[in-house]
Amino acid sequence: MAANSLSMQDGVMSGRRSNPNSFVNRFLVIIRELLGNPSSGFGLVVITILLLTAIVAPLIAPYDPNVINLANTLKPPSAANWFGTDELGRDIMSRIIYGTRISLTIITIVSVIVGPIGLLVGTTAGYFGGWYDTIMMRITDIFLSFPSLILSLAFVAALGAGLENAIIAIGLTAWPPIARLARAETLTFRGADYISASRMQGASSLRIIIKSIMPMCLPSVLVRITLSMATVILTAAGLGFLGLGAQPPLPEWGAMIATGRRYMLDNWWLVAFPGGAILLVSLAFNLLGDGLRDALDPKQH
Amino acid sequence: MTAIDVRNLSIDLGYGLAKKRILGDVCFAVEAGESFGLVGESGSGKSTILRCIARLLNAWDGDIKLEGRSVNDMPFAEYCRMVQMVFQDPYGSLHPRQSIRTALQEPLRIHRMDRQVERMERALIDVGLNPDFLARYPHELSGGQRQRVAIARALILEPRILLLDEPTSALDVSVQAEVLNLLADLRAKRNLTYLFVSHDLAVIDHMCERLAVMQHGRVVEIMSRDVLATGEAKDPYARELIQASLEYDHAV
Repeated sequence: MAANSLSMQDGVMSGRRSNPNSFVNRFLVIIRELLGNPSSGFGLVVITILLLTAIVAPLIAPYDPNVINLANTLKPPSAANWFGTDELGRDIMSRIIYGTRISLTIITIVSVIVGPIGLLVGTTAGYFGGWYDTIMMRITDIFLSFPSLILSLAFVAALGAGLENAIIAIGLTAWPPIARLARAETLTFRGADYISASRMQGASSLRIIIKSIMPMCLPSVLVRITLSMATVILTAAGLGFLGLGAQPPLPEWGAMIATGRRYMLDNWWLVAFPGGAILLVSLAFNLLGDGLRDALDPKQH
Repeated sequence: MTAIDVRNLSIDLGYGLAKKRILGDVCFAVEAGESFGLVGESGSGKSTILRCIARLLNAWDGDIKLEGRSVNDMPFAEYCRMVQMVFQDPYGSLHPRQSIRTALQEPLRIHRMDRQVERMERALIDVGLNPDFLARYPHELSGGQRQRVAIARALILEPRILLLDEPTSALDVSVQAEVLNLLADLRAKRNLTYLFVSHDLAVIDHMCERLAVMQHGRVVEIMSRDVLATGEAKDPYARELIQASLEYDHAV
């Protein structure tokens, strides 16, 4: 960014230059910045590995994750089964590799639900103000006042156990912080001259919200979603652990810990490896979110 | 014809004992093609009047008529094509994530105007910028260039009335003169009506034929530009303001 402002001087009169704001350029700058910092670089690398693992899971998994082999139960880690086998003789490493698909599905769907809802509620509440703002913010207050796991539990109990319902329940509990954030951001831009100018040009409220306000809120909302992905993974694992999320024989990490719990004292590998996977991925999302916050903050440059 | 007619414009904030008068019975009229100045110290209500006329503030009493029609009765689309505004701070009046092209094209899209590319290029040329600037973003422009873009954006809908809220006070002195000359040229070419807010009497003297001096939310005197040179204002506050400005100019 510093280089951009320096090179500005020589092209002032003609104005013809490559555009540093183009999407690809900005994306590359952000990636470079993330990799420059050890902790966010670690996050990015882990998440990239997670993505690749999910895509090529059938190629790299040594065994079928659901094949039961009762002759080979509760084997400790060895050359044949790197992470050992569970109580039904299934290879734990293969199950963890296939589990990345479930975790990523949950994260993706939750983000797709939560981002637009939070952004829409927050920006409209902040822009219109008045009674609409009051009603919307009291609703988010109600959602925020419950611990998210308890609220998801209640939703899953009402909707019925299962992966789809767990995703919906997590989505329903994860949007309020994003709405709050988008509202706070909107309040700081609402009185700006460029919003007044746009209103004087006859832009409708919807046009102002979509074209002027949402692009300003997007970076911080993106950071917030990345940070909340760690919570989403933990909540999904928690629901799986309680038997309300993914149902057997799906290799969901939380559900794996739940079944492994009974054998935990003698067979540590049943819970240690899925637990380690959850830890690693939620840590990676947290670090990436922190890095993104720095990379997207214009004041840092 | 009267372009802007403001009658008994008042704003009160608060209720009962806490009630506070922001603007009190402001009256003035601006003829079509005239440039009218509003001067006064900070907080005297100059910009507030502008915001009322711009329909950015709605909680006021009184009457504001533009070309004989009340602003509140006019269809909004028609209003937008009659009146536009240039803001004080060129750093805050352009959307930081929109290119100049987007900033200029939005009003054209909203009002479904034809020949959009031609109009955008014309608008930039008219304010003395190269059409290549369309691809730029505000952070790539200097303050003076930004203010030129803001003027181009205000004029792209071909309004007849331009509200100017201290358009040069955030600029460098040398750039101030350029922008003021540009505004004077544009007015002469397009026969625009200006309502010019400033606290700088020298700028008002350069730009306006008549002016209103404001203090504490009231217009204390409406005078012609000639009075600024002689200093023979009737109102004591106006006289003091002119005197102070003259002394300041001598001191500089």
